Amino acid sequence: MRTREAWALAVAAVVLVVVLPVLNLLPPSSPLHVSNFTLNLFGKFLTYAILALGLDLLWGYTGVLSLGHGVFFGLGAYAMGMHLMLEIGTQSVYQNALPDFMVWNQVTTLPLFWIPFQSAAFTLVAIVAVPALVGLVFGFLAFRSRIRGVYFSIITQAFALSAWLVFNRNEMNLGGTNGLADFKTIFGFRLSQVSTQRTLYVVTALTLVGAYLLCRWITRSRAGRVLVAIRDSETRVLFSGYAPANYKLFVFVVSAALAGIAGALYVPQVGIITPARMGVLPSIEMVVWVAAGGRGTLLGAIAGAFGVNWMQSWLTTSYPDLWLFFLGALFMGVVLFFPDGVVGAVARASARLRGVGARPSPLLAFGHGGPTAQDPQTPA
Amino acid sequence: MSAAGAIIYCEDVTVDYDGFKALSRLNFFMDRKELRVVIGPNGAGKTTLLDVISGRVKPVAGRVIFGHHTDLLPLRENQIAALGVGRKFQTPSVFVNLTVRDNVELSLRRASKGVFATLFDRDAEDERARIQATLETVGLAGKAAQLAGTLSHGEKQWLEIGMVIAQDPELLLVDEPVAGMTDEETARTGALLQSIAADRSVLVIEHDMEFVRRIARKVTVLHQGAVLCEGTVDQVQADPRVLEVYLGQRREARSGATAGGAHAVR
Repeated sequence: MRTREAWALAVAAVVLVVVLPVLNLLPPSSPLHVSNFTLNLFGKFLTYAILALGLDLLWGYTGVLSLGHGVFFGLGAYAMGMHLMLEIGTQSVYQNALPDFMVWNQVTTLPLFWIPFQSAAFTLVAIVAVPALVGLVFGFLAFRSRIRGVYFSIITQAFALSAWLVFNRNEMNLGGTNGLADFKTIFGFRLSQVSTQRTLYVVTALTLVGAYLLCRWITRSRAGRVLVAIRDSETRVLFSGYAPANYKLFVFVVSAALAGIAGALYVPQVGIITPARMGVLPSIEMVVWVAAGGRGTLLGAIAGAFGVNWMQSWLTTSYPDLWLFFLGALFMGVVLFFPDGVVGAVARASARLRGVGARPSPLLAFGHGGPTAQDPQTPA
Repeated sequence: MSAAGAIIYCEDVTVDYDGFKALSRLNFFMDRKELRVVIGPNGAGKTTLLDVISGRVKPVAGRVIFGHHTDLLPLRENQIAALGVGRKFQTPSVFVNLTVRDNVELSLRRASKGVFATLFDRDAEDERARIQATLETVGLAGKAAQLAGTLSHGEKQWLEIGMVIAQDPELLLVDEPVAGMTDEETARTGALLQSIAADRSVLVIEHDMEFVRRIARKVTVLHQGAVLCEGTVDQVQADPRVLEVYLGQRREARSGATAGGAHAVR
């Protein structure tokens, strides 16, 4: 059983990392040809899947619902975007070494915090370190104050809103509402070249495989069982000698870092990052991916990110007015009928086919993470 | 009173919930390997006493000393648990999405329960024996691979007691262990607590006087956040002050003001 599962996963990884890019190399006349457009689209979905893995670790396993992960995605994306902006150099519209929007805003010298992003090495570190540090500070303050459940979700949403407001301001020197765009090269390679985009896709797919293995290793360790225990009864965990706040902080930082990496891979493939990608709405969409795919299953997070976005790109081209209705209906449908998502529903159906009693759905209380019926309340 | 030989020693402990004194200059101590039952009408401060000892509530005044000289007041709940104070909650509080075995395994006393220690730790051989022994003690060895969520109410209570034993505590705090149990389950739980008390100190809060009579050697009666009296079950039940406290409650209950506590002393 275990080995069969491992084989299936290995095959899926090979298809994503090797087969799809090779099919892209075939001549367009071949029936098996994967177009540049499709490969690029998949690359974008895979970045979302990396983020969804972290969110699943946090929400699906630990029961901590964050409605602000768009911010961490944005931080990684802007870190990469700033470096790409500086790489443009004088090839810009105004042919000035400064990014165009700065010339437009009559900024004459490069702001201090932009300077280190001239270094590719610094940028690569910042992609992980900036979201991780912001996550560390935010998580430390929230978890130390024992902000739990829906209250935590609300402050993460406020966090997303304030980050969105801040990044929209021109005074921030981050391009305001228009964000960062018009990138020409990444580490010297032209972004318009098919081979560069194909390489970016492969790097994204490899990163996803790595992120999956990392999350799988965490969930299968004793610490992973502590995470599930925190979801079930945080008080019991505390009185068993563990500090739940430290575990939640660890997972929050890991998920923030994964979101940052996802954002950084997104930028060169999509070519633009604006505050609209990091606000309240995209943060909620990210939660829907995980819910639809199946919380607490890792593969569900990947499937959800991929599936929901694929449907979005199909629906928004064919029936542009329907998408938001569909997203809402999907979310409600999942909550009402498939509390553990597509992966959970499939697992249960296959268990029924094999005649085995399916294990009870562990996730009936939606979005919990705070005190549950299980958790003894503090008497007052 | 002296702290020598005491496992827990509370002196002049006052807990204030916005003006309501849940504990009011409470003095309480327990010997090693003692099984003590604390009774008292609703609102007497029984659960608050457990909250103070286990670190969940910090008193505004007083001292709480564990063992010979460990001051518990500056410590957090998990630190107090690591020192050897285990707590069983009133409503069963187990990890429903983990197996019975994993519930016990996570509870085992360990050198470190930090994030990085548990990330890299792998199961050790000697732990298997300890888990097995604990499961046998609480009668759940046959259900080790089951998810804890599938257990009955009584079994969950036993599992939680098993989890607390696995912590290898010197002092167990047990809050109303037989509430909602059948007679047979109650009897088994009583035997279980007595066997645990053979080599640990056990502090039990209980309402059910029949159960108290069965397990208690010494009973402490709390009233309005302070100790009203202490002694054997018979001594306590004969004490006119105790009768007054409970009868007063009963009178109030009859007049419709408050209910509860009235059933306790009979």
